[in-house]
Amino acid sequence: MTFQSIIFYIFAAVLVISALRVISAQNPVHAVLFLVLAFFTAAALWLLLYAEFLALTLILVYVGAVMVLFLFVVMMLDINFEKLREGFWKYLPVAATIATLMVVEMVLLITSKGFHLADQALPVAPVAVSNTKELGRILYTDYLLPFELSAVILVVAIVAAIALTLRPRKEARSQNVGDQVRVKASDRLKIIKMDAEKELPSVPMSTAAPAESKQS
Amino acid sequence: MIENFYQTLDTVFNAALGAVWGPPAFAVTWALAKIVMVLVPLILFVLYFQLIERWVIGWMQVRRGPNRVTFFGIKWLGGVAQPIADALKLLMKEQIVPTGASKLLFLLAPALSVAPAMAVWAVVPFMPGWVVANADAGLLVVLAMTSMGVYGVIIAGWASNSKYAFLGAMRSAAQVVSYEIAMGFALVGGLMAAQTLNLTQMVARQDGAYGLAEWFFIPLFPLFIIHFIAGVAETNRHPFDVAEGESEIVAGPLVEYSGMTWSLFFLAEYANMLLVATISTIMFLGGWLSPFPKAVPILGEPCILWMLAKMFALMLMFVWIRASFPRYRYDQIMRLGWKIFIPITIVWIVVVGVMMLDPVRNWFPFSIWFGK
Repeated sequence: MTFQSIIFYIFAAVLVISALRVISAQNPVHAVLFLVLAFFTAAALWLLLYAEFLALTLILVYVGAVMVLFLFVVMMLDINFEKLREGFWKYLPVAATIATLMVVEMVLLITSKGFHLADQALPVAPVAVSNTKELGRILYTDYLLPFELSAVILVVAIVAAIALTLRPRKEARSQNVGDQVRVKASDRLKIIKMDAEKELPSVPMSTAAPAESKQS
Repeated sequence: MIENFYQTLDTVFNAALGAVWGPPAFAVTWALAKIVMVLVPLILFVLYFQLIERWVIGWMQVRRGPNRVTFFGIKWLGGVAQPIADALKLLMKEQIVPTGASKLLFLLAPALSVAPAMAVWAVVPFMPGWVVANADAGLLVVLAMTSMGVYGVIIAGWASNSKYAFLGAMRSAAQVVSYEIAMGFALVGGLMAAQTLNLTQMVARQDGAYGLAEWFFIPLFPLFIIHFIAGVAETNRHPFDVAEGESEIVAGPLVEYSGMTWSLFFLAEYANMLLVATISTIMFLGGWLSPFPKAVPILGEPCILWMLAKMFALMLMFVWIRASFPRYRYDQIMRLGWKIFIPITIVWIVVVGVMMLDPVRNWFPFSIWFGK
């Protein structure tokens, strides 16, 4: 048993436990946080396989962006947990059947002769080659068209999501940013030139002094 | 000398623990030693930068700043022991967990915000070879780890079970996630110019005979500025500190924290500031390279002092900005991030692409940066 395999088993155990906690946690916020942990451990496992680009994008995209929005929504929703839990025992038989079926399918696939998983040697990653660079080269040469197509689909999805949910509400008040930006200092502020000192009309000293003291 | 030391240590470990356990044990020990060498100066810097910040803001506002606490009663050192006194005060403070708070998460949140802020430093080089892990995808590690920093704030806000904290967390998370995009795009421009994700090689790309003129901040000027401003916003610093906005929501996500847990958030914020300054230095300001042309004796040599000087200058920028500008309104922050910064970065990425195209890169001004 090498050092790497010990690390692998630690991460694998954390991954399995956190994945189980995602579905068994009482509080949805805890469930989301366990999902974050699961993603992070999965990324660590990928790092062990020298797939550093995939591992880091998993953290960057899923942990850093998608799950944050997830957490946002789950925290803001007012969920009645009791009500959510009601149908658990009723649906369990169907769910268990489907889960068993999936596990059986996976085991069949992995152990089947066509898959050759056991007798294939692991590809050794060359030291000098940058994983990221190779991935980029393949993505932007051989698979350029599918890559760009998926980019276009994503853009359409973004625009559609905004277009579907964005409707102006009548009672909502907002700033007209264009007007605000267009404002110049001269519209708001008038600078008047005036002398700093003004000479008072000459009054004899004896009469001026008492008048001043009265005012103050 | 270091090579010799390394070899000796390696053989000692192999002899003591055998061929199976020796190498991993040695690797772990060596990595730990390097981590200590990076993190101890980092934490000391954070401790003392706080004093420098208070002094500079004081001077900008025509007052003296901290000038009382001193070592051994020496008068002219007044204020120098202030950060140590502050740290001791924070250590002594009682740790309060509010009733109704989710206790485990409440205590986990500060750790979650500090851990990524410290972990990033693993890939940050200070000189060629002076790095904990010279990772090939260094910049990706930086991006991935900084994107993890939001969790500390969100969880802190939620676990506190307080409306102010929660509102602050929402604001902060939305702001950080938005500015991460502009920051990421600014870095994309930088890595296009450098043609590598490795931070050490990124600096090597800016090396050349002309010194300062070779650095990427000239062709990538808008990206440099946007990266820095997005960094200010991402670390929730003034003038983008609506998350803490003490006049509106007291202290945002940190309102329920006290003593050590609060100071952990503080440590994370300053470590992140320093990270933004460091990444700017490495990517746009030529890292440890000298601003003088290579031909100048002594001054033209690359040195870690250049790196530290550039980092410190950028850190002072954070302080100057904090002392000079009023706080932005929330919708203005969002508008700046989404409608101004992101379009500019996208346009400039295309411009960088054009500057790097084959005939253009050999023409005069562009050949300095992209002709190598």
